[in-house]
Amino acid sequence: MTASTAQTTMSDGTKGLVVRGLTTTFDTTRGLAIAAADVDFDVAPGEVVGLVGESGSGKSVTLRSIMRLIREPGKVSGRVEWGGRDLVAMPAEELRKVRGGEIAMIFQEPMTALNPVLPIGVQIEENLKAHTGLTGSQRRARALELMNIVGIPAAERRLDEYPHQFSGGMRQRAMIAIALACSPKLLLADEPTTALDVTIQDQILKLLLDLRDRLAMSVVLVTHDLGVVAATCDRMAVMYAGRIVETGTVAEVFARPHHPYTRGLLGSVPRSGHSRTMLQSIDGTPPSLTALPQGCAFHPRCSFATEICRTDRPPLDLIGAGRRVACHHHEEVAAAEPIL
Amino acid sequence: MPLFSFVIRRLLQMIPTVIFILIVTFVLVRMLPGDPASAMLGDRARDADVNRINHELGLDRPLIVQFFYFAERIATGDLGNSIGLKVSVLSLIMDRLPVTLMLTALSAVIALALAVPLAFVAAFKREKLADSVIRGTFQVGLSMPVFYVGIILLTVFAAQLKLFPVGGYGTTLPDKLYHLFLPALTLALSFSAVLMRNLRASIINVMNAEYVDFATAKGLKSRVILLRHILRNALISTVTLFGLQIGTLFGGAVITETVFAVPGAGRLLIDSIYGRDYPVLQGLTISLAILVSLTFLLTDIIQAWLDPRIAR
Ligand SMILES: Nc1ncnc2c1ncn2[C@@H]1O[C@H](COP(=O)(O)OP(=O)(O)OP(=O)(O)O)[C@@H](O)[C@H]1O
Ligand SMILES: [Mg+2]
Repeated sequence: MTASTAQTTMSDGTKGLVVRGLTTTFDTTRGLAIAAADVDFDVAPGEVVGLVGESGSGKSVTLRSIMRLIREPGKVSGRVEWGGRDLVAMPAEELRKVRGGEIAMIFQEPMTALNPVLPIGVQIEENLKAHTGLTGSQRRARALELMNIVGIPAAERRLDEYPHQFSGGMRQRAMIAIALACSPKLLLADEPTTALDVTIQDQILKLLLDLRDRLAMSVVLVTHDLGVVAATCDRMAVMYAGRIVETGTVAEVFARPHHPYTRGLLGSVPRSGHSRTMLQSIDGTPPSLTALPQGCAFHPRCSFATEICRTDRPPLDLIGAGRRVACHHHEEVAAAEPIL
Repeated sequence: MPLFSFVIRRLLQMIPTVIFILIVTFVLVRMLPGDPASAMLGDRARDADVNRINHELGLDRPLIVQFFYFAERIATGDLGNSIGLKVSVLSLIMDRLPVTLMLTALSAVIALALAVPLAFVAAFKREKLADSVIRGTFQVGLSMPVFYVGIILLTVFAAQLKLFPVGGYGTTLPDKLYHLFLPALTLALSFSAVLMRNLRASIINVMNAEYVDFATAKGLKSRVILLRHILRNALISTVTLFGLQIGTLFGGAVITETVFAVPGAGRLLIDSIYGRDYPVLQGLTISLAILVSLTFLLTDIIQAWLDPRIAR
């Protein structure tokens, strides 16, 4: 972990990504679903931020909202500042240049994100064509290089093959190759390694860290794997029912979780030894987004809950440098015995 | 080269189709009520004359013999002579079929030229005014019979506005296209309505695909997303429909040629039915059937090219 890079800023003075009050709602037949609510977080240049939370907590929606990929009738409000410009209000052509060029995204499902009727090579090269002035043969060469970087064997031949001819893991890598094509400044990676086995997962994560070091690329890494967070991220944000409930450096959050939900997630992670453990399931189920409980959304599942938790929603309070938590009883939680 | 072997395989599959076409044609033609001799000689012909003509035409021999005789001659490219017109059927067909082919091709082009852009507009303005107007108009086009549309177009654009000829066929290519435009448009309207409906639904479906989001996230120009990612995928199902509808289009051509007095195979077909001109009827049916299966083949190839998952 190189947490020190988190403090550096780019020479042109940009602050990387600044997300403020990002709220995404969907008008569904069962009512208004608030998939992301008041999401605030920063990603400094060269920083790797982990985004964790149960299935349905709004991680993918948050990434899509940053990229302005939420379709009608979904509604996005708030600010997403990138290099001093607000992506949410940016004109279409300017946004097009940012997408894929400065900010790239790895989708969660490579099977459906790759176009089934286009060869992989074309899908890499069109990215280069949109953002660089490379000639046809230079693009081909770069595509080949990317295939090698992400570890796809027989790259020359595979460039002309179609997604259905790739295995799940290979598709995942092809998608990473596409995302990295134009050396983006920020990578939004939605579970980029879930379909891969452990060795390849390590290779890919090493690759991302390497690019981070070389290009000062920032990464938002969505994952279910707290071991991956521990091994690769500088800071982390925990989401619950569309809200960020705790942020901080990985070391701090792992050492002293201040939110009962984070505490629950970490419950099964051994402090030493085996590092790879999936998110522990917590008793109870996450609430329906169309019928969130009053007060703190986590209170029905929380053993620390008191009357105030049922009536007032806790704000995301600053409790230290870069350390925030949204819990009425965070001091009590932090002081509690480790669950192990 | 999976596409190449796919084409070869599909070509071989056409052989049984052609044999089947021959049998069906032969049987169907002979199931028509009436016979050529009576048609030629009229109702009050003497039995002796009828028998003589039937014998000359080989129609008094057993059906199975007639069939092999028929198949053998067709295999050598000899379709016989027209009973009524006394010229070789092959030359008649070579004279008339290209006209029909051109009419059908022109109307297919017009139908696509109408359907593709309008389907896009309707899909992107879904449930808005433009969508309703486009769909409503096409719904009317779809529900009107071909001959009726033809007569309206003929009255308005040819007879009154005098923008197009009332009928006939030209000599030079531009002149021919000019003469064929109204009949082709007539034919195209209902066809494009069918294509438009299918393509609109298909585009709406594809637009919501994840790979379109991913293409957007890559910062591609909207033209690239529209044509390469949306249209190409959406066309796959429309091409299938196009192939299935091509037979209907040929059928419509027969009617349209009658309305616009176009000297195509359709008119010849109708004349040959009324005249019990078996050789012409047979020859035409076979040529049209083979033509339709060739267009099936063509649409299959286009589809395999559009969708690499097919040619395997
Ligand atoms: N287009 C949409 N319309 C309605 N609801 C949506 C839409 N997209 C997402 N949602 C809802 O938003 C919520 C958050 O979904 P999201 O995909 O962000 O979860 P996630 O945290 O990425 O989960 P996972 O770990 O399973 O990927 C889900 O309840 C989902 O049903
Ligand atoms: Mg997700």
